[in-house]
Amino acid sequence: MDFGPHLMLASIEGAVISAILVLTAMGLSIVFGVMRVVNVAHGEFFMLGAVFAWAVTTTVSGHPALGFVAALVIAPVLVGCIAAGVDRVILKRIGYDVDRTIVATIGILYIVQQSTLMLYGPEARPVVPPFNARLALPWFEFGDNGFQMFWPWGLSVTTYKLFVIVAAIAVLGALWLVLTRTKIGLIMRATQQDRDMAQAFGVPVARVYSWVFGLGAGLAALGATLVVPIQQAHYLMGGDPLLLAFIVVIIGGLGSLPGTVIAAVLIGMSDGIISVFFSPTLAKIIATFLVAMVLVFRPQGLMGRAAA
Amino acid sequence: MMTSAKPNALHLGILVVLAALFFVLPAYHVGAFSRIMVLAIYAIGFNLLFGYTGLLSLGHAMFFAAGMYGFGLSTNLGGLPVVPAFAIGVIAAGLLAFAAGYLALRTVGVAFMIVTLMFAQTFYLVILYFGEYTRGDEGFIVQQAQRSLFGVDLTSETARYFTAFVLFAICFLVMARLVQSPFGKRLVAIRENEERARMLGYDVGRLKLMALVVSGLISGVAGAAYALLFGYVGASFAAVHYSIFPLLWVLLGGAGTTIGPLIGVIFMFYLIDVSSGFTNAYMLVAGLALVLLTLFAPQGLAGTLRKRALRWLP
Repeated sequence: MDFGPHLMLASIEGAVISAILVLTAMGLSIVFGVMRVVNVAHGEFFMLGAVFAWAVTTTVSGHPALGFVAALVIAPVLVGCIAAGVDRVILKRIGYDVDRTIVATIGILYIVQQSTLMLYGPEARPVVPPFNARLALPWFEFGDNGFQMFWPWGLSVTTYKLFVIVAAIAVLGALWLVLTRTKIGLIMRATQQDRDMAQAFGVPVARVYSWVFGLGAGLAALGATLVVPIQQAHYLMGGDPLLLAFIVVIIGGLGSLPGTVIAAVLIGMSDGIISVFFSPTLAKIIATFLVAMVLVFRPQGLMGRAAA
Repeated sequence: MMTSAKPNALHLGILVVLAALFFVLPAYHVGAFSRIMVLAIYAIGFNLLFGYTGLLSLGHAMFFAAGMYGFGLSTNLGGLPVVPAFAIGVIAAGLLAFAAGYLALRTVGVAFMIVTLMFAQTFYLVILYFGEYTRGDEGFIVQQAQRSLFGVDLTSETARYFTAFVLFAICFLVMARLVQSPFGKRLVAIRENEERARMLGYDVGRLKLMALVVSGLISGVAGAAYALLFGYVGASFAAVHYSIFPLLWVLLGGAGTTIGPLIGVIFMFYLIDVSSGFTNAYMLVAGLALVLLTLFAPQGLAGTLRKRALRWLP
């Protein structure tokens, strides 16, 4: 394959990574924005989503699409409920103190991860995609006979990958509508701006926190459900999404949702393209170090405003 | 001073007990305690930064690993004898702590934790990237012939125990002294109220950097000692787990107490030792311990003891 088609293939991979990443990072960003909680266990909620998706698709018999649709609903809701429970039982009782929530969520990380190891096992398990037709993609080139279209061998995308991209955009759009156009969004934004004032105006802040924490975890689980047909469910799969989501949220500016989206696309695309062309370890070294540097020299992120 | 008589007696008593344990304990537990004392050095290093200065680093594994690899690589590839190799390991950890601190201390709070976490992750990936020399995840063995000091073979159980004991005793007593010194008091002042410490005229940035460098040096001593005494160097010691462990030990034992790190390591070591007999998911115990500690005993065992009964506890 020539460089052009190769790059296009890499970009499609990057777009799929971005789609999953944007959902995961959005969950982390909303939780941080509204609750000021750094949720280190976020990656484990992602992993839990994938494992539940596997469980649901293997229990539901019939066409794979049936099981997958069920998983798409059940996995995020279940993970959201677990997260809300965690908020009630643990985070609320330590008063959302910054240092202590980090330590507590590190503990939750190990509890969720190791319980999954005990109950689900160390195997990686696949989920059958609901549809997976392969679409060949054309490539245009200006050759000897003028502008022509041809079909390079190997340049193709599966319909499922396209679905992942479309689904992520749809979820993002729905989330944006909820946050800006509904009363739920209004309550969330009020809580974010001034917790005490919101409380004074009758917003049930404690309940909002539980819902937000559940929503954040649910978004990660949704991203994971979408990714399991491409990548298998495994109890250690939460590490990379956590690190990437952190990177995205930092680069985008802590708590800035538009920044998160832009950063997710940026990081996802470059991750897809870099790992096709370069050594993945070297790419990770550079990316991790650069992000640390961004945080050192520009703590408000690229899109964020100066800390309030 | 009269007020320091009880703590001094306590510290010496602990050292006497540790030395005596060698003659009392069965072989397996003697080996366990050699390891515990080395890990306790690491916890002591972490405690200076977290317990006394109030800075939570999530990247201390890089200092531990710097000591470990500094020692391991210079004996294995450089063929150096123990003492200079050990010094190289400790100095490497100190330099890394200085560089990491110089950058990371520009940030505060959550950002500091994430930056240290990412520096450590970078360091871990660098070790994997240079797998040709470091053997990556697999690690390498420091040969028995290279692990002798002044003609004494450090691989024997007795020599190992007492080397660990001497190193632990030095770090333990130095730290006990350091936190009572004006330097230590200033660090506590920063922990309690950074703005006020600054207003009183202390150079807060410099003090924090010094605390981080000393903390990194001690962590490097622990890493180099681990490689020297147990003969194994591997990338898993640079991974996130090993940044979380000292936090766990210090929280469990009691942050900001001199005896907390040792208590925390002993408890956690045996907790994991026992639970890994039942299940391969032994980190579950660590997770539960972290959550329960933050919920019910944020001051740890020694901290709670100090609050309830023994107010003189150092």
